[in-house]
Amino acid sequence: MGIETEYGIISKGDEEHNPIFASSLLINSYVSPRLKRVRWDYEEETPLRDARGTFERTGLDLLEDDGGLVSVILENGARYYVDHAHPEYSTPECSNARDLVIHDKAGERILAGSVEAAGRSLPPRNRILVYKNNSDGKGNSYGCHENYLMSRSTPFLSIVTTLTPFFVTRQIFTGAGKVGSEGASASKDIPYQISQRADFFEVEVGLETTFRRPLINTRDEPHADADKYRRLHVIIGDANMSEISTFLKVGTTAIVLSMIEDNFITADLRISEPVAALRTISRDPTCKAKIELEDGRKVTAVGLQWEYYDWARKYLADQDVNEVTAQVMARWEQTLTALESDPMQLDRQLDWVAKLRAVDGYRERHHLNWNDPKLALVDLQYHDIRMDKGVYYKMVETGQIETLVSEDEIQAAIVNPPADTRAYFRGRSLGRFSSQVTAASWDAVIFDTGADSLQKVPMMEPLKGTKATTGALFDAATDAADLLRRLQS
Amino acid sequence: MAEDQKRVRRRTEQSADAEVEAPPKSVRRSTEETDKLISEIDEVLEENAEEFVRSYVQKGGE
Repeated sequence: MGIETEYGIISKGDEEHNPIFASSLLINSYVSPRLKRVRWDYEEETPLRDARGTFERTGLDLLEDDGGLVSVILENGARYYVDHAHPEYSTPECSNARDLVIHDKAGERILAGSVEAAGRSLPPRNRILVYKNNSDGKGNSYGCHENYLMSRSTPFLSIVTTLTPFFVTRQIFTGAGKVGSEGASASKDIPYQISQRADFFEVEVGLETTFRRPLINTRDEPHADADKYRRLHVIIGDANMSEISTFLKVGTTAIVLSMIEDNFITADLRISEPVAALRTISRDPTCKAKIELEDGRKVTAVGLQWEYYDWARKYLADQDVNEVTAQVMARWEQTLTALESDPMQLDRQLDWVAKLRAVDGYRERHHLNWNDPKLALVDLQYHDIRMDKGVYYKMVETGQIETLVSEDEIQAAIVNPPADTRAYFRGRSLGRFSSQVTAASWDAVIFDTGADSLQKVPMMEPLKGTKATTGALFDAATDAADLLRRLQS
Repeated sequence: MAEDQKRVRRRTEQSADAEVEAPPKSVRRSTEETDKLISEIDEVLEENAEEFVRSYVQKGGE
């Protein structure tokens, strides 16, 4: 699993703010020259492939995605690049929710380091600011996508049917919170809502990510053995500051996907009008609003999440459950219990609740109306990734928000790949032999060892190329040619 | 299993009674804690909120 985050970016003191230029400057200021010379290899990328089996070409501009823009691979196995006028960070592939929290935070630190580095190369009055959120409050949204490796044999229809109700309701713990509302359904009567993204979804299933956004995205680009795997590309999530929110987001989703692969959930949990329900839930911070299911029942988002939780408990009952999964289950239960009695109990855990406490506290203290720009600013600055300026980080510093992982672990993940996925091979290749790597991508590393032809190491199996199998080879190898020899023997 | 299902139903019903309301109030934190939070926010907030918020315009992404 992995998370790709598009960050909001603005330059101050610069009359001609150009987000593509600013994003490029950010990345170029941070990344060392030895990593910059390694190309991203686009050969295997097919963002227009549709999981439903058809190709849609209705005016899509998906392919202009990255052409010619800055794109680098870091020694932790991540990809750091400019995408659609935003700096974007894709974590390396992680095997579990806890590692992914660490690597998602490492991405934030890398962006913060980039802001600092770019600041040194700018004239004194100019600065670039970066926010880990999903909306500018004016109807423009940018994404935080999750990716999950799934079995190709799982029918896409069963993913859609069983996952949609989960996605519509999981925002009660994954939501990052937002002052006001935007887009076609904007209303002055919405002071605050749970999700940054709920305003932007229009259809249930589809290939697009930039317009007519679907609850379930059908992009079918596995970056792995396409006969065995699919990569479920999830576009409905908010970018989270809270480690607990990220942990729950990816942890619970991974469990639900496992159940779908095993065809374990036999109940019909379909929601009558999922897109409308997404907004109804987002716009009710009391978490009491009811939505209607296809079978006629009316339930709350918490109620529907309890159903998934109970299926998961049964599913895991006969399994040897690892520690992280056990932690996810415990957190999930605590969170639903608290959301059910009083969501504000979670103001140290969940983004949308912590932000609501900050915004509403600020509003009361300064006697402001909900539409006062100061409240929109508190909202924005909650997502400021600078640890001395961000409202989220101020709350962490003073013990008002709980964290899950240590700063040492985050710092280590800035330079070290996860040990137990192919990201290890990619990251170590860059870390040790970057001068002999010409290009890399999610599923290959291409070496130039000085031999007649380039040598490509394919990585079509995301769980191979780990530290356990290649760590000793990297430690012993004297150069890339030696590494490749050792790989073959 | 039957017990599980009962538990789910009970939880679902319990949470389904009230109507949609204004955002819930944070009542649990002490005044002291809230004071601290507000002054921290005031400390880090960018100046000229109106201009800053207006100028924060992003291109759609993804």
